Amino acid sequence: MRLVDFPREDLAAKFSDALTALNGNVVLAPDLDAAQAHLRTMLAGKRVVASRAPILGGIGEEYSREACAAADIGVTSADFALADTGTLVFLTESRESRLISLLPPRHIAVIERDRILTSLDELLSRVPHPGVQSSAMVLITGPSRTADIEMRLVRGVHGPGEITVIIVGS
Amino acid sequence: MKSAPPQKIQQTLADPKLQKAIYSATGRLAGNRRKTIAADVLPDYQELRQHAHDLKKHTLDHLDAYLEEFERNVAARGGKVIWASTGAEACAFIGNLARERGVKLVVKSKSMTSEEIHLNEHLEKDGIDAVETDLGEYIIQLAGEKPYHIIAPALHKTREQVAEVLHAEADSTPEDLTAIARVALREKFLAAGIGITGANFLVADSGAIVLVENEGNARLSSSAPAIHIAVAGIEKLIPRAQDLAVFLKLLGRSATGQPLSVYTSFLAGPRRAGEPDGPEEFYVVLLDNGRTKILADPGKRQSLYCIRCGACLNHCPVYRKIGGYSYPWVYSGPIGKILTPQFMGREQDPWLPFASSLCGACGEVCPVKIEIPKILLELRQEIVEKSGDRRERMAFRMFAWIMRHPHIYAQFRWVRKLRKLPAAGPLKAWLSQRDLPDLPKKSFREQWRERGRA
Amino acid sequence: MAEVLERAGCEVEFREAQTCCGQPAFNSGYREEARDVARHFLKVFEGAEYIVIPSGSCTSMISHHYADLFDGHHETRVHEFSRFLVEVLKVDDVGARLDSVATYHDSCHALRELKIHDAPRRLLRNVRGLQLTEMDAAEECCGFGGTFSVKFAEVSGAIGRTKVESIVRSGADTVVSIDSSCLMQLQGVLSRAGSTVRTMHLAEVLASR
Repeated sequence: MRLVDFPREDLAAKFSDALTALNGNVVLAPDLDAAQAHLRTMLAGKRVVASRAPILGGIGEEYSREACAAADIGVTSADFALADTGTLVFLTESRESRLISLLPPRHIAVIERDRILTSLDELLSRVPHPGVQSSAMVLITGPSRTADIEMRLVRGVHGPGEITVIIVGS
Repeated sequence: MKSAPPQKIQQTLADPKLQKAIYSATGRLAGNRRKTIAADVLPDYQELRQHAHDLKKHTLDHLDAYLEEFERNVAARGGKVIWASTGAEACAFIGNLARERGVKLVVKSKSMTSEEIHLNEHLEKDGIDAVETDLGEYIIQLAGEKPYHIIAPALHKTREQVAEVLHAEADSTPEDLTAIARVALREKFLAAGIGITGANFLVADSGAIVLVENEGNARLSSSAPAIHIAVAGIEKLIPRAQDLAVFLKLLGRSATGQPLSVYTSFLAGPRRAGEPDGPEEFYVVLLDNGRTKILADPGKRQSLYCIRCGACLNHCPVYRKIGGYSYPWVYSGPIGKILTPQFMGREQDPWLPFASSLCGACGEVCPVKIEIPKILLELRQEIVEKSGDRRERMAFRMFAWIMRHPHIYAQFRWVRKLRKLPAAGPLKAWLSQRDLPDLPKKSFREQWRERGRA
Repeated sequence: MAEVLERAGCEVEFREAQTCCGQPAFNSGYREEARDVARHFLKVFEGAEYIVIPSGSCTSMISHHYADLFDGHHETRVHEFSRFLVEVLKVDDVGARLDSVATYHDSCHALRELKIHDAPRRLLRNVRGLQLTEMDAAEECCGFGGTFSVKFAEVSGAIGRTKVESIVRSGADTVVSIDSSCLMQLQGVLSRAGSTVRTMHLAEVLASR
């Protein structure tokens, strides 16, 4: 297996390119305060469900099934990101629920810059036994989509149609 | 050939709208694949294919050991493996569990394996509502039809037809129709007592299943209901989580031209203490249903390497004309051509392996390098030997005899007289589609002799 | 083909006892019969050093599938015509001339089993007066497939018509291939469609002056 070598400084840019090509949004925040401030602006006036990950700064309603089903926006942290495909990686052992990033029509994730890896290869060499740590590892690559009707691309089928990633520490 | 190819073939060929839909949908999928495996995008594509092929071979060569390892690890994570030798056993387990738990509503994400065993019919008979949640599958379920293509189940339906099925306005856009389905299915996900999925891969060293999708319905089916059941053929096994690096790189690209599908879920057992959500119970139904029999065939066991990407369908000149419904079983296209006789018996649809021009495009694009044309040729030989057409055999015996007697062969200038023959049999079939070729005035031998070269 | 090979400096021998490689029987599942025919081929060509064949499918039958008929038999003496010129004789210009707009059809066995793609195109590019244009479906099957063309005639015809549409879109007046069976299929469909596009085997093109 060949590991592609990107200089670490470029990974955020690479991730951003890959995700925006899929119609995802990326925000580069210089530090945690800026990230949380930006987050609060995005959430103003919306019904929000969020995990209790410290990086989020305690916004929104706590997780419950009903909250996820009713919320406009679900906010989570992320364990890793993969630069070459614009992918977010979630391991439930970090107390991220499965449904916060799945039921609401919009998903926002906040992640530290240095959690961005090059690719799936690197992820699997870092986490060779995902099943040990949690019951679910989920890779999310852009908004939910289908082309089942006349091959026309439609976003937001069952999962969120809009996804935004705030990268902290650019 | 004893049984004739289905009427469906003629019907499909005669429908210009359907022809256009099939050709353009498969063409688009093929074009997208090409972009993501191009030499400058994925330079080690051929090595990856070989690696994937070798991994599958290795796994199937040691399947017993890997199955045991898988079961141990599923149990260690709090899940349970159910061994089903037949489809009936698998259905019985699922039906019984639903009854025991008082479940009346089940949500399903896309699983060709569940189609193979007629799971939905079984559940309906038990009074259980089994709702398909993949958009394409949902549509065809409402229409009472079967999937048209491994990746695009509703490929054959126009938006007007979909609108009718969903009781929507006739001029609804795909966005409108998707929104209607989203709302309707959301209720089901949250109310269902059991979520049933297939599995793209079973990971032996982790006791985990892997679900690859774009919509989110597999995630919802495996996360919202209290019970999750995954139904998968035993050949879906791969040795280690790390092997996903090879398979995931090939699957998305080969299927739809995506380097990674939108959602990849690696699920190892039910939710654990401290996790906010996830199923309380986790079952993996391992299905044989004829697979070990195929495994025993040295030349054709590679048919089981298939990762269900659909690339062979998209490149097959025959599939692109006759469409998914012309195939007798749930698996269509080139992979369907080689699996059907092996599962159902060669006598069932003996024409199937012959419905190919042997162009080889399928083998060329298969991400795990299944030698489909080679297997088709083996199947042809088996069929002809077991239940061949006596007249055809005689014709080929005569062919072989003539070809061993060159002076007789050289006499066949009568071929020029073909034009004057009444059109019957193969000649009639040829002429139904095209004109006869122009023949040269002199044969090669005649010309060669004239130049004094003999 | 013999003329072109001589022009390129070869001594050409034609063994009159030759008949067929056995592919029709093999593809239809009749391996015993195919083996009989193949044995005749091997007998006829005993001692030959280079066997040049103006057909991709015959060449691949012998080089790739004789091993299925005779355990461990690896036939390395057979060469498809265009590949023989370009890779063995190292010739890509035979001094041919043909005024035409031509498009090349990649026959399936040649492309996928023998990996022949560039050699015929190189040869065609050096034909004076010939403008080579690519059709969008160059690598798609023509639909012949041997007995498939009559056993599944309607499907074969439909595939052929799609191919012909691509040929017409290319603007060519001539379609060239290294397989006569493909040419027979294409010519039949073109003529039935009332098209004036002609079909020519690569050898015919290269023999043109």
